Amino acid sequence: MPTDSSVRVRPLTAGPGVMAAMVAVVRRDLQASFRQRQDLLNPLLFFIMVVTLFPLGVSPEVSFLQQAGTGILWVAALLATLLSLDHLYRHDFDDGTLEQLMLQPQPLYLLILAKVLAHWLVTGLPLVLLAPLLGVMVHLEGNSIGILCLTLLIGTPVLSLIGSIGAALTLGLRSGGVLLSLLIIPLYIPVLIFGTGTVAAAAEGAPVSAYIALMGAFLVLALTLAPFASAAALRISMSNS
Amino acid sequence: MSEPLLQAVDLQCERDDRELFRALNFTIAAGTLTRVEGPNGSGKTTLLRILAGLNDSFSGRLLWQGEPRDARREEFLRNLLYIGHRPGIKPLLTPIENLRGLLAGRQQVADTVLRQALEGTGLAGYQDVPCRNLSAGQQRRVALARLLISDEPLWILDEAFTALDFHGVEGLERLLVERAANGGAVVVTTHHDLRLPDIHRIVLGATAVAGDHGATCQQAGEAHAH
Repeated sequence: MPTDSSVRVRPLTAGPGVMAAMVAVVRRDLQASFRQRQDLLNPLLFFIMVVTLFPLGVSPEVSFLQQAGTGILWVAALLATLLSLDHLYRHDFDDGTLEQLMLQPQPLYLLILAKVLAHWLVTGLPLVLLAPLLGVMVHLEGNSIGILCLTLLIGTPVLSLIGSIGAALTLGLRSGGVLLSLLIIPLYIPVLIFGTGTVAAAAEGAPVSAYIALMGAFLVLALTLAPFASAAALRISMSNS
Repeated sequence: MSEPLLQAVDLQCERDDRELFRALNFTIAAGTLTRVEGPNGSGKTTLLRILAGLNDSFSGRLLWQGEPRDARREEFLRNLLYIGHRPGIKPLLTPIENLRGLLAGRQQVADTVLRQALEGTGLAGYQDVPCRNLSAGQQRRVALARLLISDEPLWILDEAFTALDFHGVEGLERLLVERAANGGAVVVTTHHDLRLPDIHRIVLGATAVAGDHGATCQQAGEAHAH
């Protein structure tokens, strides 16, 4: 291992910026995800299967599906997100890249935000993109499908953000899966209620701007607070490992 | 010698109701090589993780260039290169992609430099092979390639010599000595018999063997030829 021995080593004061570090985190996570496609497809397949099996198991009647369709899609999206959460930090924890992430000189808050963004891009976003197709399958009307997609677009990032707190907290545990669900599901309930409520209101012809505004407030709240909580949880998990 | 980079004052750590060490005082100055010694389970890794800031469950004070480390966390992290037990290499990514990811927030490095560093660690021809197809020693070398590029003055290396072959060990020893000679500070744990001159030692778990609970520390400042 040769090295350039002429250079004196001195303490550093500056380095690359926050943006470069965040972009690198997103890029690396996406690269890793696309090399492990079954992890990528798992939540999506789950989403599709639940939505297709529901009419077969309960009732394929149009009137029933129009009523229940939004709820089915939202619950399926919520559970699909939950299914993917354990991977958010687990692989990084096992191979040591999480340690390295926490030792980066940039604020951990922003690096976590980048990680959650990468997670949402490969789980939440595909769910949003698939929703119109499945919406047609459960006989939702055009207007309802539009609103449904909008609520999912605002709601799934909230699910990923809240989920990252639970994933970070249960990181040190051998089988954190059950605990993760128990911790996270209560926090998901308001998002679910307002997500489905918005579509129901739209179907009745009521104005939905108040609902959308509330969901937007959820998103802003999650964006500002969840990375802090995740960072604190990661430090605890790291200290105990 | 210049002022100490990192200073530990009265460090104490308990783990699972067992005291790993207490009243541990030492300094890590630029241009020195420090080896943390002790039997298995004596807390070597824990001590290194405490120094790096990965483990917060300790009491005592850590000073970075004379000021509390946590108050200057960003600056401290900018100056620290830590390679742990788990080398921080993603098995799905290639060595080049791994290095790019690890260095993005620290240094701006061109890909050619990364390739040269990988060649320098004996990984020529493997730069674009996913790391899961590499052996444990080769993966270790990917992580250690960072040392060839690093501009951080403080290196903390946990079990740095694990899985390396004879030549790898020799090369790494030489690199560490050169680094110290150039003004870098290096802290290592290893069970490998280092043949390095002027090495500082921090000894953990010395009295635990005798049945006395609580490890002591002897250290620092004095250099033992090893």
